[in-house]
Amino acid sequence: MMVSAILVLSALGLSMGAMLGIAAKYLAVEGNPLQEEIEGLLPGSQCGQCGYPGCTPAAEAVANGEAPVTMCPPGGKALAESLAEKMGVSIDLSSVEEKAPMVAFVHENLCVGCTKCFKRCPTDAILGGPKQIHAVFADACTGCEKCYDVCPTECIEMRPISKTLQTWYWPEPAKVA
Amino acid sequence: MSDETTISGPYTHAKSSISRTMGLVMLSLLPATLFGLYQFGWPAIFLFVTTIVACVAAEAFSLQLAGKPIKPFLMDGSAILTGWLLAMTLPPWAPWWIALVGALLAIIVAKQVFGGIGQNLFNPAMVARVALLISFPLEMTLFNQPVPLFSAQAPGFLESLAITFGSSDAIDAVSGATTLGHLKTELGRGVALPEASTTTASIWQQLWGQSSGSLGETSALLLLFGGLFLIYKKIITWHIPVSMLVTLALLASLFHLMSPENYVGPITHLFSGAAILCAFFIATDLVTSPVSIRGQILFGAGCGLLVFAIRTWAGYPEGVAFAVMLMNACTPLIDHYLKPRIYGRDRKGEPLVYADEGADIK
Amino acid sequence: MTTANILKLFKIRGGVHPDDRKKLSAEQAIEKLPMPSLLHIPLQQHIGAPAEPLVRRGDEVKKGQLLARNQGAISAPVHAPTSGRIMGVGGYPAHHPSGLSVRTITLKPDGKDDWLDNLEPCDNPDQLTPEEIADRVARAGIVGMGGATFPSAVKLNLRKRYTLHTLVINGAECEPYLTCDDRLMREQAMQVVEGVKLMARALDVDHVLFGIENNKPDAQAAIREAAKESDMITVVGLPTRYPMGSEKHLVQTLVGKETPARGLTADIGVVVHNVATARAVYDAIHLGRPLISRVMTVTGESIQTPKNVEVLIGTPLNNLVDYCGGFNAEPECLISGGPMMGQPLPSLRVPAIKGSNGLLALSGKENKATTEMPCIRCASCVNACPCGLVPLEMANHIRAGSLDSSVKLGLLDCIACGSCAYVCPSHIPLVQYFNYAKGELASRQRAQHKQKETKRLAEARTERMEKIKQAKREAMAKRKKEMAEKKKREAEKAAVAGAGS
Repeated sequence: MMVSAILVLSALGLSMGAMLGIAAKYLAVEGNPLQEEIEGLLPGSQCGQCGYPGCTPAAEAVANGEAPVTMCPPGGKALAESLAEKMGVSIDLSSVEEKAPMVAFVHENLCVGCTKCFKRCPTDAILGGPKQIHAVFADACTGCEKCYDVCPTECIEMRPISKTLQTWYWPEPAKVA
Repeated sequence: MSDETTISGPYTHAKSSISRTMGLVMLSLLPATLFGLYQFGWPAIFLFVTTIVACVAAEAFSLQLAGKPIKPFLMDGSAILTGWLLAMTLPPWAPWWIALVGALLAIIVAKQVFGGIGQNLFNPAMVARVALLISFPLEMTLFNQPVPLFSAQAPGFLESLAITFGSSDAIDAVSGATTLGHLKTELGRGVALPEASTTTASIWQQLWGQSSGSLGETSALLLLFGGLFLIYKKIITWHIPVSMLVTLALLASLFHLMSPENYVGPITHLFSGAAILCAFFIATDLVTSPVSIRGQILFGAGCGLLVFAIRTWAGYPEGVAFAVMLMNACTPLIDHYLKPRIYGRDRKGEPLVYADEGADIK
Repeated sequence: MTTANILKLFKIRGGVHPDDRKKLSAEQAIEKLPMPSLLHIPLQQHIGAPAEPLVRRGDEVKKGQLLARNQGAISAPVHAPTSGRIMGVGGYPAHHPSGLSVRTITLKPDGKDDWLDNLEPCDNPDQLTPEEIADRVARAGIVGMGGATFPSAVKLNLRKRYTLHTLVINGAECEPYLTCDDRLMREQAMQVVEGVKLMARALDVDHVLFGIENNKPDAQAAIREAAKESDMITVVGLPTRYPMGSEKHLVQTLVGKETPARGLTADIGVVVHNVATARAVYDAIHLGRPLISRVMTVTGESIQTPKNVEVLIGTPLNNLVDYCGGFNAEPECLISGGPMMGQPLPSLRVPAIKGSNGLLALSGKENKATTEMPCIRCASCVNACPCGLVPLEMANHIRAGSLDSSVKLGLLDCIACGSCAYVCPSHIPLVQYFNYAKGELASRQRAQHKQKETKRLAEARTERMEKIKQAKREAMAKRKKEMAEKKKREAEKAAVAGAGS
């Protein structure tokens, strides 16, 4: 009785293991089609805030599971959610710290019109030309801080985007125990 | 005004709270309980008090352990109600430790381990009852005839203390099987039903509660009144009780008509045992029953079907607790599939389309 | 007028019966508020794009003069509520729970209250075409005055896109406390009915259902009397139940059809307008006057003498409180609108706007939600929800952070009526969960949109950089080639010269 039970279970285990092995061999997925899809979701501004040299290496890292789906600061919660869906991982979004979105602001009295920021901006959000005071088109600014880093006169300030009646909404109720 | 302090409306509220809900349920249980306590005397009172005290103590202990605020959660009355309902399903002269073990099972295992009030999948009182019934079949099936307080046969105060807290053989003198238990045994022995039921309590006795059983199995009539009061107060809706009792009655009638020799009739099914208690107080437990009306009807019908099946074909004479627990397990599934229809959408969730658009216009 | 009794009413699901507390102010006739010393007229008092100011600091304006014109299709202009001098155009706290500031025109009344001379009253409105009526309504800056503040002219123009058969006038006023529509119907029934007729003409419908809850018998009688000559208006007594005044549910009660999800009532051939809007339409067409004032109910247990007051748009709310005798006790909260769907007010400095129908100063005496407890799945919210939702599950999903699944459960079909939170025995702020989730979803959508834009910009830039490089390379290659040719020519020249020498 006991012997037969052991035999049956062992046989079952072995056959299933074999099936898994075969499946792994013949149904293996070549390459990683995910990377392109993930790159499609990323902002594409090559800002480097994630620590990778651009959006393509970042997408590769996410696709390989080396970087978490929450790695893109400009993408925020929304991106983290869609990446998590794509990767099939579940994340606790409530723990994702949404960095207050920032935009660059040029202090006109300090700006010398050197065009350094203007050249670095990945989204052409800085207007102006050589020897002209620069200004930031806030709607296009991703807050990547590249201009902030290069400005020789430190005239660029990163300011949080202020809420308006159109963007304000009710805060989440405090959680009870 | 900062974001943290802004609270959204509505700025008016119905007079509803958890403690009010629990309080009304207890109020509606009160007549049947008082009558039952009178019928079974001091031992029943001791057992009743012990169960409730044990439940409240277990709740306080668990809350302390979980680091939750004790006062608001104790004040909601849910632990008292659980204890109350559990006490109503125990044999009235059961020893104190049955009450204690039951209370610990109900509050700690069935409620707090799941996350406290509102989180439990199964009805705590039923979990405790089922666990007790399986673990201590002897104590849990030893019922006694009603011996009203101050009647000649009733045990005195001290004697009753001995029954509940000590050891006493007093119960042997008055022990008596419940109607359903008796019928089950007799049917099992091959005795035909008409013959077997000559010795059971009359319908009137069952209705009024002058038959042996647990507190909740006695006065069907008073429980019915309490249940109707709950529906009137809108604490529960009629859907679960009606669908459960109708299903039970229909099945019982059907089988009784087919073979009156072997199947108990609908009246006995409805008014003996815990059918009424279950229909109005146990199956309708807010936490563990479905939230939609269609779900509640299905849930009630399922309870009725299972009660009938267990009473008729399974090993136990009374199947209410098993039936409710089995249906409790289905509640999440029922809630998932049976949702109310959303305004402006069809049952599948697609926006309504009017085929006759334009026909009635212009 | 046809009799109301013939009309069959249809039952709606859910709903609640809050204590209506209308007695506080129902018998107070509408009074005109004295002229305030300053008016703050926000440029956005409606759904849609804010109006664009046409005046500057120091300008003198007449009563009814256009101060700011509408921008875009869904917008509404703003007019001067009285004559006076513009003190400035700038930020001022908005009539909004956030307390954020919004662009506002500040007007100092000169006390003369002089109307503009070129008003265009219409002596024979029956001759106006639907387009003309809608156009005049648009120019008068009329928005839905029940609180939704959707530009009315846009709704009057729905006939162009939908086949309509019925105009429903919303006189339900199902929110507790509020009595301004009740008073308006009782005191200005003629104007309201005339306005209704104009709107019916504009919509080109020949059937008007005028719904008034049965707790306002005097208003029903007044409107019946005013409409007895007209055989297209039917006054219907509605059962007193919240949210009877919800547009979609009102239509369902009267017509028996549900508005398809994500759709408009116009999808089933019905357009709904509020009674106060009807009065404003009357003023705009018959008198040529723009929307510059409205009736508000100032009430609540903390108000000394609750009243119904006609206020100029832009009047700071503390003027209203002062006029009503101030507070008899420090109010627990200040609400704009009714207690069910009203919004908390950050301060009394904020102005009255076109959509504000009430100012409530609630004391601690009203029943209100207190400490939040865990959900006990009692299904009260499910039974109360007029939209057939399962609020408890939606809230659970939102609490767990999965907003998308709450949308699948019907979050976007929620009308935020507050019936669920009203009945919840655990006092869970369900409405706030839903409002938060809706806002968060909208904000994510905006973020996603921005991300797409960013991407487009970044790609455009990369492309441009590439082109510049390409151009540089080409220029370089060209120069090299030229250089090479030049060298070659020179070499040839040298060779020729060398050969020649």
